[in-house]
Amino acid sequence: MASRGSAHEGFLRHANGRWCKVAILVSGLAIAVYALTDATPRPNGGTFAGYLLGSLAALLVLWLTMLGLRKRIITRGPYSLKAWTSAHVWLGLSLIVIATLHTGFQIGWNVHGLAYALMMVVILSGLYGVYAYANLPAQLGANRHEATQPQMLEAIRALDRQLDTAAQPLGHEDAATVRLSLEQCRVGGSLRQRLTGRQPGCGNRRARDAIAARVDVQRRQGKPDPALTQLLFLLERKDAALEQVRRHIAIKTRLELWLHIHVPATFALLAALTAHVLSVFLYW
Amino acid sequence: MAEHYRIAIIGSGPAGLSAAAHAATLGLSHVLIEKTGHLSDTISRYQKGKHVMATPSQLVLRADIAFEAGKREAVLGAWETAAARAGVNVRYHAEVIAIMGTGEPIAGSLQQVVTRRRDGGSDRRELQRCAPPYRLMLANGDSLVADAVILAIGTQGNPNLMTCPGSDNANVQYQLDDPAAYNDEHIFVIGGGDAGIENALGLAADAAQRNVVTLVNRSAEFSTAKDANVTALMAARDAGRISIMTGTTTRSIGPGWLVLDTGEGEVRARCDRIIARMGSAPPRGFVESCGVAFASSDRLAFPPLSAVFESTAPGIFVVGALAGYPLIKHCINQGYDVVEFINGNRALKPADEPLLEARLAGLPGRHGVDYWLEMLRSNITILNGMSPLQMREFMLDSAVRSYRAGDVIFARNAPGSSLFGIASGEVLVEVDPADTSITVPIPAGSIVGEVGLISGRPRGATIRAGSDCIVVEISRTAALKLMSAVPAAAREVARITTERSLLQIFKSGLTPADLTDVIASAKVETVRAGETIIREGEVGDDIFIIRSGSMVVEKAIGGKTIFLNYVPAGSHVGEMAVIDGGRRSATVRAAVKSEVVRLEGEAFRALLANRPGLATRLREEMASRTALNRFIESRKDSFGGVVEMYTGIANFLVDNGIGEATDVLLIDEKLCVGCDNCEKACADSHDGLSRLDREAGRTYAHLHVPTSCRHCEHPHCMADCPPNAIRRGPAGEVTIDDTCIGCGNCQRGCPYGVIRMDSVPPRKPWLIGWLLFGQGPGPGEPDSAWRYEHARKRPEKPKKAIKCDMCAGQSGGPACVRACPTGAAIRVLPEQFLSVALLDRDSG
Repeated sequence: MASRGSAHEGFLRHANGRWCKVAILVSGLAIAVYALTDATPRPNGGTFAGYLLGSLAALLVLWLTMLGLRKRIITRGPYSLKAWTSAHVWLGLSLIVIATLHTGFQIGWNVHGLAYALMMVVILSGLYGVYAYANLPAQLGANRHEATQPQMLEAIRALDRQLDTAAQPLGHEDAATVRLSLEQCRVGGSLRQRLTGRQPGCGNRRARDAIAARVDVQRRQGKPDPALTQLLFLLERKDAALEQVRRHIAIKTRLELWLHIHVPATFALLAALTAHVLSVFLYW
Repeated sequence: MAEHYRIAIIGSGPAGLSAAAHAATLGLSHVLIEKTGHLSDTISRYQKGKHVMATPSQLVLRADIAFEAGKREAVLGAWETAAARAGVNVRYHAEVIAIMGTGEPIAGSLQQVVTRRRDGGSDRRELQRCAPPYRLMLANGDSLVADAVILAIGTQGNPNLMTCPGSDNANVQYQLDDPAAYNDEHIFVIGGGDAGIENALGLAADAAQRNVVTLVNRSAEFSTAKDANVTALMAARDAGRISIMTGTTTRSIGPGWLVLDTGEGEVRARCDRIIARMGSAPPRGFVESCGVAFASSDRLAFPPLSAVFESTAPGIFVVGALAGYPLIKHCINQGYDVVEFINGNRALKPADEPLLEARLAGLPGRHGVDYWLEMLRSNITILNGMSPLQMREFMLDSAVRSYRAGDVIFARNAPGSSLFGIASGEVLVEVDPADTSITVPIPAGSIVGEVGLISGRPRGATIRAGSDCIVVEISRTAALKLMSAVPAAAREVARITTERSLLQIFKSGLTPADLTDVIASAKVETVRAGETIIREGEVGDDIFIIRSGSMVVEKAIGGKTIFLNYVPAGSHVGEMAVIDGGRRSATVRAAVKSEVVRLEGEAFRALLANRPGLATRLREEMASRTALNRFIESRKDSFGGVVEMYTGIANFLVDNGIGEATDVLLIDEKLCVGCDNCEKACADSHDGLSRLDREAGRTYAHLHVPTSCRHCEHPHCMADCPPNAIRRGPAGEVTIDDTCIGCGNCQRGCPYGVIRMDSVPPRKPWLIGWLLFGQGPGPGEPDSAWRYEHARKRPEKPKKAIKCDMCAGQSGGPACVRACPTGAAIRVLPEQFLSVALLDRDSG
């Protein structure tokens, strides 16, 4: 049986930072190779050290891409996706050193420069991903209050049903106000709305404000309508429920959004890298 | 003059119907008495379209009615046709209320009938048995006479009836077949158990039916219902779909209305229909009043029967579930057999003969089944009280093996909850894991493995065969049945357990003779979850051995209760006060429902006086506990909130069933990014169905316990599995095998809601096909739309119970943990995790 730790150890610190050490070692070796070989006229991708570092970088890119496949293929063998993620992050970072040394600090406006730029986009988006994975999960958990996403949505539907019932005895105008909450209130919406969790002109908020103003007037007159007070209570509860689920979706969107840059940029990088390698061998 | 029959069969379930069909085929005069208006009421109450299974598959069917696995409707249809063809004489709507012998009183044959009163006391009366023929009194005042009576009434019993005025009204019903059949009604559901809550939820599920549903519960809380049901009920109430009235009883009922007694006085309400689900009275009272004795007062006990199913009342035969055989196939065979026996064919071998032959095949010598059954029964002390019929059933759940001298029977720390009886030869217990040459012999006739049976924890020692020996392995289910059927066996197992756990705890050369006084003072006590057995600061010197369940040790430090330790079954607490004579230094309370053995301090002190070595050993152990106390206290000063956080987390975990778990999945919400890769991995490594719900479940201080199996020490799911399909595997995992009949008992029994009933979805296309061309639903559990679309071409698969199997047989260990990209998911053993290691968690 596989041995099991009794504590949670995140992917960055996996196995006492094994892959961090490996990445530093590989980077150090790359720097040593670059510094110790005397390239003429000046270091570039065409020297022995350049080919060495270039081949290493290309192989690394291919292996790093395999994480997408690895995480989806559930095999029976003893593997740990956490170890893969750890290696992916640290070796991915070492690529900055290896690939930059491979260029010999000569970057031009051509397909080679494009490959380098795309690689940096992938790495920087990945860095943001690491930042997000380190900071957002705690917020996500704290916001959930043990409710699952389907439960949060169901709670809103339940409140809608209660609002619908509570609105039956109301007059035409008040009923129209409640309809704002029922019909013009969205949870998700555009990317911007999902990301910020803010929905300007949210129907529920407008309905709540309108009913709150009416209840306020009635209270000052000393004769609040219990039906309307109950309605306000429901609208306020729905507001709180909406805020929770919107924040939930906002955090989840932030946890996923960077992947929508990271992954397409990776495929673009693979294409540019192919062009880079082919052009070097065919036309150099 | 009452009608006179040769055989009267009560109950038209599989057993009764089969008996009647065979009696009809043989041309015996018979009557089949059925309470309702149709055959086989229990099975006809199964959900519409339910797949009825025919296990055990290797058992041959011997009957005049056909039976093979299929839909409920098909099975019932086949039986009705067979009954009509055989010419069965059925009397519908007839309920037997009493059976009395009409012959001479049988000298010395008295039946003790004990009725338990609500207040906990009991009434005892004696009943003189009389010889057959029997007079059967029916509820409508008719009576009939029969030479032999076959009781095939099952164990369902009759629903408890409403007793208030007007309860015989037509709008009162005791079951709900189809919630969708009622519209626009004001419906009151009486009873807050699972049945009542499920009915109420069913009636209110579809708002379009416009039912006004009210649930009425006598007590203030829903203590007998499952948490998941109570949660769903509260959600339905909050959503305004159901009203709940607690602390309320019904006063009277009339057409279109009812009057309720609430805490605030009487309430009259409109009511079109009342569905009363107030539990059911087990048939035991009726059966006993017929002169049929039960083996013990245990709730699990069955009537002792002769080899031909005859009960203690001559001429009254018991078959089917009431005889302890819940599976349909057994019932049908018994119905056939019992009629053969009554008809004089006493030489008939039961249909399970080939099964038993297979079980006993590997044993030395060329002996028949009867020889081995008798050999085991007479050689093993705890089996002495069994009848030949019980031995047959017992052997179906057990295995007999022969071992060569030196063979390992089971190894230390291996999981297992079965009991071993030594039929011949002797076995050796390796008491010291460091030195396997130190052993204690256990002779033939005795038992080993009883600690695993009672505590559900891994084996405490390796057992080897001392000489060539024959050992019977008794599954936990069979052992529990045995102990309720033979009270002497239960007492013997309890005595041996106490003695051995004492010997194991205080290893310093004690012999059973030293312990006689201590064991004489021993009392087995059941402790409710949360109940305190030792209170800090009190005077007391009793010692407790935890037989099953687990305890938590707490101490008040600086006005706050601090969690000190988690004590699993097999350990002992309370010896510190005996040794240093002071007051109790900490509080010990049960984490889950537990059983403890209480040993009197007085008897123990006498033992210590004779054995100075023992006192030294205990002092050493005490020193380590005192050191732990001091450590916690020192951390308390330097870290303040950390120790409280530690206590908070420990209590949270214990509240969530970790106290009875053997292996539990925990998720660190500071690392979990919500990718659900754990669920996808689970589905992809198990036929496409996930056994875990990551997002659901409780959370405390960013530590999340998802809805996933805890592999309990005494699994609640195992308690009532008719085909005995739930077992503990070699790595400690609790799994359900292919013999599952899909009855859903385990799902209802699980307090953590981790079992689901589902059928295996169709196979998904290749993953690369999805990646490149978008074929199929991708990784994880396919959605219902895709399943529906792709399932139509194939025959429908039955729904079975599925749950976590801890990825048994997969070399990498649990897929959920392997597939977690960030390290948020881990599986832990509770005693490892509920330790000082928790202190190292960040206090954030």
